[in-house]
Amino acid sequence: MKALLAQTGMELRLMSRRGENLLVTLVIPLVLLLFFGSTSVFAVGSQRPVDFLVPGVLALAIMSTGMVSLGIATAYERHYGVLKRLGGSPLTRSQLIAAKIASVLMVEALQALLLLGVAILAFGWQPAGGTEVALGIAALGTVAFAGLGLLMAGGLRAEATLAGANGLYLIFALIGGMFLPVDHLPPALSGISPYLPPTALADLLRTSLSGAGISGFSLVVLSVWTIGFVVVASRTFQWE
Amino acid sequence: MAVSGEVEAGEHQAAGAGVPPMAVQVRDLRKSYGSRVAVDGLSFEAAGGEVFALLGPNGAGKTTTIEILEGYRHRDDGEVSVLGLDPQRQAHQLRQQIGLMLQEGGVYPQARPREILKLFASFYPKHDDPDRLLELVGLSGELKTPYRRLSGGQKQRLALALALIGCPRLVFLDEPTAGMDPQARRATWDIIRSLREQQVTVLLTTHYMDEAEQLADRIGIIDRGRLAAVGDMESLGRRDTPDTTVRMVAPANLELAELRALSAVKDAGEDQSGVYLFETEDPASLLAEVTAWAKRAGVAVRELRVGRESLEDIFLRLTGDRIRE
Repeated sequence: MKALLAQTGMELRLMSRRGENLLVTLVIPLVLLLFFGSTSVFAVGSQRPVDFLVPGVLALAIMSTGMVSLGIATAYERHYGVLKRLGGSPLTRSQLIAAKIASVLMVEALQALLLLGVAILAFGWQPAGGTEVALGIAALGTVAFAGLGLLMAGGLRAEATLAGANGLYLIFALIGGMFLPVDHLPPALSGISPYLPPTALADLLRTSLSGAGISGFSLVVLSVWTIGFVVVASRTFQWE
Repeated sequence: MAVSGEVEAGEHQAAGAGVPPMAVQVRDLRKSYGSRVAVDGLSFEAAGGEVFALLGPNGAGKTTTIEILEGYRHRDDGEVSVLGLDPQRQAHQLRQQIGLMLQEGGVYPQARPREILKLFASFYPKHDDPDRLLELVGLSGELKTPYRRLSGGQKQRLALALALIGCPRLVFLDEPTAGMDPQARRATWDIIRSLREQQVTVLLTTHYMDEAEQLADRIGIIDRGRLAAVGDMESLGRRDTPDTTVRMVAPANLELAELRALSAVKDAGEDQSGVYLFETEDPASLLAEVTAWAKRAGVAVRELRVGRESLEDIFLRLTGDRIRE
């Protein structure tokens, strides 16, 4: 337990020291929320922009912490031999993974506090219900994107993970149904988009927070990706 | 070993208590990577409390061997016992009792020396004081410096402190002084000597002959994945030359008949081009005669040394002096 706490503390301190990490996990989602929240470009139907936007920004926050921040940090830990050196100590792999999960959850709590605080105070956003369901969805989404991040980190060179995570981040932000409604995309993309993990996550968060029933299709899509990422990551992960 | 590793872990520094007679036993170890054979039937033992150095050219299998003993790699064949445990199946138990130093890296670039030591301290059932170790390795002045800003030698010293933080009974050091300046090397040697005084077993690899010669109780020379020789400096020396050897470096192709004619010389030969070896029963007279002869003949002697073979001589004799990749 002492080892787990110390390792979690270390992970959090290191995250806070990486400026680019704070940019991607906190600043970018916040700027996008403030920017798109103040426009009416993406108002869909009777919804206010902020009702569409908040679940999308939450999905982006989950993606940036799980895939970008965790993935890139872990890739460089592997590159610098940190994972190998930790492996030579009594810290077990499960303790290391638990510490990473704990630190990701704490960063997400901070993101939620910041983003929801701004949404509520600046835009008068209120969830229409389903917060417990949304919490479960967020947890599933976290596992999915953390799995994807670790899949890249454990199999690719650090530089390739850096490029891959940032590239996917941009693509998913554009076509993953977070800020741009899927039916506004060109036909070729709007056909693919619903099958992507970010689109499924944003859709599930949006429907649950609007108090509507969640889409079984999106739940299946996100679950299948989640299982796939975790299974492949755990089978292919190389520690050095 | 009858007692479990956990029970013994706490009493390792009580001089000699719980140290098994053989800290490391390797018998007929084999490991290949694809078609490349890295370790090819290697056997050796390191006794509890001794400093054992593995010496060998690049690619001889030193790091592969050490990483098998540390539990990082699985062996293809052979028997391995480390502190009475099988590193492959009892890795977790073993890692509470050993300390190790990788050839390079292993620390978060943004982490500071003190916090990384405190982190590792939390992993072990019993641990040393991080501040004491920072003092010991001379990093007390770098408490706030992130790892990536430390010099190569400072990184090595931090890695050494990390190897010692868990009060290990056995320490694996893979080229511990690579990249250190001479002062840091001497200080590291002192730390390794003090480990021996505390009955901590040290298994180290090195490229530096003087390091092995200075530190090791016994030296194992590996070549092409096999043990070429093992023993202390005394027993590694040439056994077929009971007389004292004098080594002279001078211009090549001197007249050997003139040298052999000197009365104190039992035998003389040109070992390599420009390197002459004399056998004698009376080294003092031989030195006087050889210098007198050199002055008469106008021969520039660059080196004249009495004594046994240096480790470098032994090493080159056993592994050949070609450069290998």
